Amino acid sequence: MTAIILNIVVQGLLTGLVYGLMALGLSVIFGVMRVVNFAHGEFTVVAMYAAFLLFDAFNLSPLLTLLPIAAAFFVLGYVLQRSLIAPFISRAEHEQFILLVGLATVVVNGLLLIFGPDARPINLPYSFDSYEFGPLFLDKVRVFAALGAFAICLVLFLFFRYTRTGTAIRACADNLTGAGVVGLNVKQLYAVTFGIGFACVGAAGTLMATIADASPGLAQAYTLLGFVIVIIGGLGSMAGALIGGILIGISEALAGFYIQPSMKSMFSFALLILVLVLRPQGLMGRRL
Amino acid sequence: MPPLGRALCALLLLACLAAPLVADRYLLSVLILVFYFAYLGQAWNLLMGFAGQLSLGHALYLGLGAYTATALWTLFGIGPWIGVFIAIPVATAAGLAVGWLGWRFAIQGVYFALLTIAFAEFTRIGFDHLAITGASAGLFLSVSTPGADKWWNLGGGPLLYYYIALALAVGATLLVARLRRSPLGYRWLAVREDPEAAQAAGINIIRARMIAMAISAGMTAIGGVFYGFYYRNLFPSQVFDISRSIEIIIAPIIGGLGTIFGPIVGAIILTPLGESLTALIQHFGVNTPGAKSIFYGLVLMVIISLQPSGVWPWLARRLGLNRSRP
Repeated sequence: MTAIILNIVVQGLLTGLVYGLMALGLSVIFGVMRVVNFAHGEFTVVAMYAAFLLFDAFNLSPLLTLLPIAAAFFVLGYVLQRSLIAPFISRAEHEQFILLVGLATVVVNGLLLIFGPDARPINLPYSFDSYEFGPLFLDKVRVFAALGAFAICLVLFLFFRYTRTGTAIRACADNLTGAGVVGLNVKQLYAVTFGIGFACVGAAGTLMATIADASPGLAQAYTLLGFVIVIIGGLGSMAGALIGGILIGISEALAGFYIQPSMKSMFSFALLILVLVLRPQGLMGRRL
Repeated sequence: MPPLGRALCALLLLACLAAPLVADRYLLSVLILVFYFAYLGQAWNLLMGFAGQLSLGHALYLGLGAYTATALWTLFGIGPWIGVFIAIPVATAAGLAVGWLGWRFAIQGVYFALLTIAFAEFTRIGFDHLAITGASAGLFLSVSTPGADKWWNLGGGPLLYYYIALALAVGATLLVARLRRSPLGYRWLAVREDPEAAQAAGINIIRARMIAMAISAGMTAIGGVFYGFYYRNLFPSQVFDISRSIEIIIAPIIGGLGTIFGPIVGAIILTPLGESLTALIQHFGVNTPGAKSIFYGLVLMVIISLQPSGVWPWLARRLGLNRSRP
């Protein structure tokens, strides 16, 4: 029994790392620009479809297309911010929210229109292989996805900590007026931030495509999942997003095993309500 | 309201009352949807437009209202005209719980909106597993039950639903107009514009918001009862879904947040457009499930970009209808 539980927890942890990467994008965007990206899950699913199409047409493994898709998503995010989001930065919260709800609706129904409601699986030659460590059996794809997600998170963390651009973006997040006063190009940095957030989405979606089948129905669930994770971890905290992702991954896995797979997200929402009430700034967040 | 406004309102109401004389079944069904969305828009606008609190989880109150009344009817034979008085307190209690948890702990703005989504989703999944209401397989209102087609059990032809929906929309508008001019209405506006200043002026902001939430949730529950008995089938994945919540907020946003006629104007503009788009698509024989939603999404984006205060304030200026109020 302990072996089974251990297996479930580790599987949940591995999935949770990919969730964490997706939520990291949401958290970075919110932390810097105070914009809640309501279309986050929708674009994650777009990335899943991109990975699926590249695999289907050219037989390219998602692990190969990971970086190109992330780069393409960086450009997409940059352009989206410059064209659509930028005029809304100083607008009321609900106006930003509604703009992104509209965008999310267009994207998810666009997917439905183009690809239909059916799930599109990526069947890699090693999709059903697993590694064996004593009592632990780890799905190969899940291990790769988790390692990929962890590596990208690490790179991002180093980027924000040690590069000039990263420091400049953090300056914008901490004190917007001050950042403008010392001569930072805030508009440019905002677009770069949105691009980075979208690169996270692109990477997370590509990795997710190896462990879940792409379908438009996932989009809304992923958006909500992203919110749950960042609020539990603390909106705007990078470490919080990862920890929140792991927590939700494990709680979903356990709830799926002990109760019912279809009820697993109910526990995530219960956890969210609990955190909002007891510690609204999240586990790792600064005070609101 | 200036005389021209009064005349236009009276004319519109008369046209609505007389419409069934000329309208066919299809047009009536579109008009029913217009009134339905105008009604729910008024309910939601009370909380967002007046009290300034963004709820993206109004599907919760819609669903609770619908499920309470239909379950009372199918399980215990209690008719909807009585059931609605049980559905209202159920949804109001849920609304007060959400509001209290949120505002008591100073959760506002985006966080509050996410809290409302979380409660709606939590309840949706809960009802998906609630055996007594049919779980995810849905709850159906049989038309063969004795008395199911009588008006006192909210059954019958389209005319019944037409006039009920019209009465709901008109009643909600009158109620909202009255509330807007009451001391409570002014308190809401003060809390919306500047909570800290309002508190300093002696307004209990949590109390003001809670009252708005209670009325809004209760009104939405009545809409839910209508939904349940009009469509006569309920699925948690539909009635509690976040897309229901978003559907509710579109009309007041397009029409004009915080205005009395905004939700009506929004519903009048959007519903027929959406319906004719569907009809057009069907006419060409293509099966495109998402087209209508793409259209709604685009409209939402365009309006919020170009006319964030909505169509009605602009229209009212053009018609010279807003001289009496700033």
